Amino acid sequence: MTALIHARGLIKRFGDFTAVDGIDVDVQPGEAFGFLGPNGAGKSSTMRMIGCVSPPTGGVLRILGMDPRRDGPAIRARLGVCPQLDNLDVELTVRENLTTYARFFGIPRPTARRRAAELLEFVQLTERAGSKVEPLSGGMKRRLTIARALVNEPDLVLLDEPTTGLDPQARHLVWERLFRLKQQGVTLVLTTHYMDEAEQLCDRLVVMDGGRIVAEGSPRALIERHSTREVVELRFAAEDQGVFAGKLAGIADRTEVLPDRVLLYVSDGDDALAEVHRRALNPASALVRRSSLEDVFLHLTGRTLVD
Amino acid sequence: MTPSAYVLEYHLVNYRRTWRSSALSTLVLPLLTMLGFGLGVGGYVRTGIDGVAYLDWIVPGLIASTAAQTALGEASWPVMSSFEWLKVYFAQAAAPLRVGDILGGHLAFMIFRVLLSVTAFLLVAAAFGTFRSIWTLAVLPLSALVGLAVAAPVAAYTASVRSDSYLAILFRFAVLPMSLFSGVFFPIGSLPEPLRWVAWALPLWHGVDLTRAATLGLDPGAAGWWHLLYLLAWCVAGWFLAHRRFQRRLVF
Repeated sequence: MTALIHARGLIKRFGDFTAVDGIDVDVQPGEAFGFLGPNGAGKSSTMRMIGCVSPPTGGVLRILGMDPRRDGPAIRARLGVCPQLDNLDVELTVRENLTTYARFFGIPRPTARRRAAELLEFVQLTERAGSKVEPLSGGMKRRLTIARALVNEPDLVLLDEPTTGLDPQARHLVWERLFRLKQQGVTLVLTTHYMDEAEQLCDRLVVMDGGRIVAEGSPRALIERHSTREVVELRFAAEDQGVFAGKLAGIADRTEVLPDRVLLYVSDGDDALAEVHRRALNPASALVRRSSLEDVFLHLTGRTLVD
Repeated sequence: MTPSAYVLEYHLVNYRRTWRSSALSTLVLPLLTMLGFGLGVGGYVRTGIDGVAYLDWIVPGLIASTAAQTALGEASWPVMSSFEWLKVYFAQAAAPLRVGDILGGHLAFMIFRVLLSVTAFLLVAAAFGTFRSIWTLAVLPLSALVGLAVAAPVAAYTASVRSDSYLAILFRFAVLPMSLFSGVFFPIGSLPEPLRWVAWALPLWHGVDLTRAATLGLDPGAAGWWHLLYLLAWCVAGWFLAHRRFQRRLVF
């Protein structure tokens, strides 16, 4: 099967600023694919190019086998787009938001009404079908935006930070719905900076930093490649955690000193902790946990805050 | 149906939700203006203008002005909101619509609004018996032309600015002089030369002159064709400017 998204050396520049700096991406049908990265990594610019609302500055980009420069409307007819910020019609009812949007795809009114009813059921908004959008909660608006992205039964759904700004209950409900879509075989492409989101939803992902892809693979493969199996987090009752770095030498594959704690990247956390105690270092607290995608992410993109 | 018709349909569905709030002013405003200016001021202008009773003379001016005002209102805040606040243009751009469909559909809705306001005005004015010619029927297509000649360039302007304080500037420094100096309330012949140039340059006076010729049954002569061409030029230039601004905002 041919890739739904095929990019080679894809570049996006805004004047002197290079937002996307030559990335290669292939997304296969049925996949849930993630773009991870800190703010400014080039995720949203990439998504806009895939969504055919931003012409690439250079490189090759094929969406559904077509060229976005030439076939924009034909491609967009088969995409579902859930933007980072909700752009729903607050004056319209929940149902009308779906039916009017369906019309943009040339979907006949009766079909639009039927599909709106099914989608409202799917995102659990049937009871609010007749109410205006304005008073809905953030989570409900998000689900409605997702439903709107599905109104044309798209081959490819693009979700730009689908759960940013939602409370935990709302996030889990969105994840659960997206997971259901994935099971139905819908191809999902999402950007996120939540590692738990990426681990939950993505079969495969790329980590972007400074417009480039710095790592690619399944969440598990990335953890295996770029981190150790376990991490020991130590907090010492001292102003400067750094003084312990020397005393911890040789215990871990990699030792990372943070202002408030020291991280030991090891294959066996309990062994490592035993060694710490044997050296009588007496941390105020110690936690052994499995490596997560967050460790990979921070290792690859650094801990410096990007605003 | 073409994609821009779907966009028009969307705006009509939206209007069905909000029309009540504007319906009263659409009907009452013409009534008040006619009572205030036509009868109030007209009471002092006993000789009329060019041999026409002041009320009959001012009504076509007010109609053309209404067309321009409605177009201005629709091409300013709603366009700003569609870019900045509700961002519905961006939702439309993600669908299989082209920039021309998004702009064309919205402009079509603006003209629909212009025609509604003008129709209301025509009905009120007809009740006062101010029309003297069957050519009054031409006022509707004329108003659509005036509406587009104003709406397209204003939409281009709105798409170029990021804050609604620029819209306030537009209304203060463009709309107010245009309404005052475009022959709505008095013939532009009484203006000093530089202000007459303002009237000639802006689209409204051309619409006023044509509308007046229509309702009073006067022959506009060759000037009539020049008015039409000039308004058309505003429409075409406005469309291309607006299309470029919309393109830059939606596809980047």
